[in-house]
Amino acid sequence: MKVLSSYREGRLTLFFKGELDHHEAASALRRITQTMDDYLPRDCVVDMSGLTFMDSSGIALILKICRLMAETGGRAWVENARNQPLKVIDASGIDRMVKITTGAE
Amino acid sequence: MKQLNYIKLEFPARSVNEGFARAAAAAFAAQMDPTLEELGDIKTAVSEAVTNAIVHAYPDAIGTVALRLRILEGNVLEITVRDKGRGIPDVKQAMEPLFSTGGEERSGMGFTIMDSFMDGLRVRSAVGKGTTVTMSKRISVKARI
Repeated sequence: MKVLSSYREGRLTLFFKGELDHHEAASALRRITQTMDDYLPRDCVVDMSGLTFMDSSGIALILKICRLMAETGGRAWVENARNQPLKVIDASGIDRMVKITTGAE
Repeated sequence: MKQLNYIKLEFPARSVNEGFARAAAAAFAAQMDPTLEELGDIKTAVSEAVTNAIVHAYPDAIGTVALRLRILEGNVLEITVRDKGRGIPDVKQAMEPLFSTGGEERSGMGFTIMDSFMDGLRVRSAVGKGTTVTMSKRISVKARI
């Protein structure tokens, strides 16, 4: 899995690409934490348009990103969740805690 | 139900094998002509069960995880993930949503997602002997042109 990022006017966008499982989640979290420390963003967007697979490790990663942002008074949400990753998100029920958009809105 | 085909795989409980396990399961299940959604469901359930075994079964060693897939009459796929690790003291509690002993990289949603994505889920475990997770899914039969 790759995590690419862009930063503009207080908003950090993380682009998830490939497959996100337990094996990938730990190294992804390290990279994301470093990027957040570098930019100290006000908002963080997790863009899932390039994510082809995700299991519940992805749910844990999303919740961790939200907690990290909340610690500094920021916000985080998910954009462009589709297909299998969206089905995992729906099954987990985290849409009650985190804003999720599919890109079709 | 009569068994029509099967595979058995064994691999070390290393996280790098999670992707291999779900890819192997998807490749085997492809002969049942599943939809993309059904294939995604199978990959997800296998990933969850195999990850549970890797994270929880062998805290102090690299044990072995066994994956078996069977195609049964009625277009049913049965998936079994077995370890010979420390076992689960309270299976009912372990299957509750958000329950986890796996640290911050685990959400505690693994069994919930397995149950949601498959038609059948059975967990048998004995402390000190290991855990067997058996899941089943009926694959839709498509009209042939």
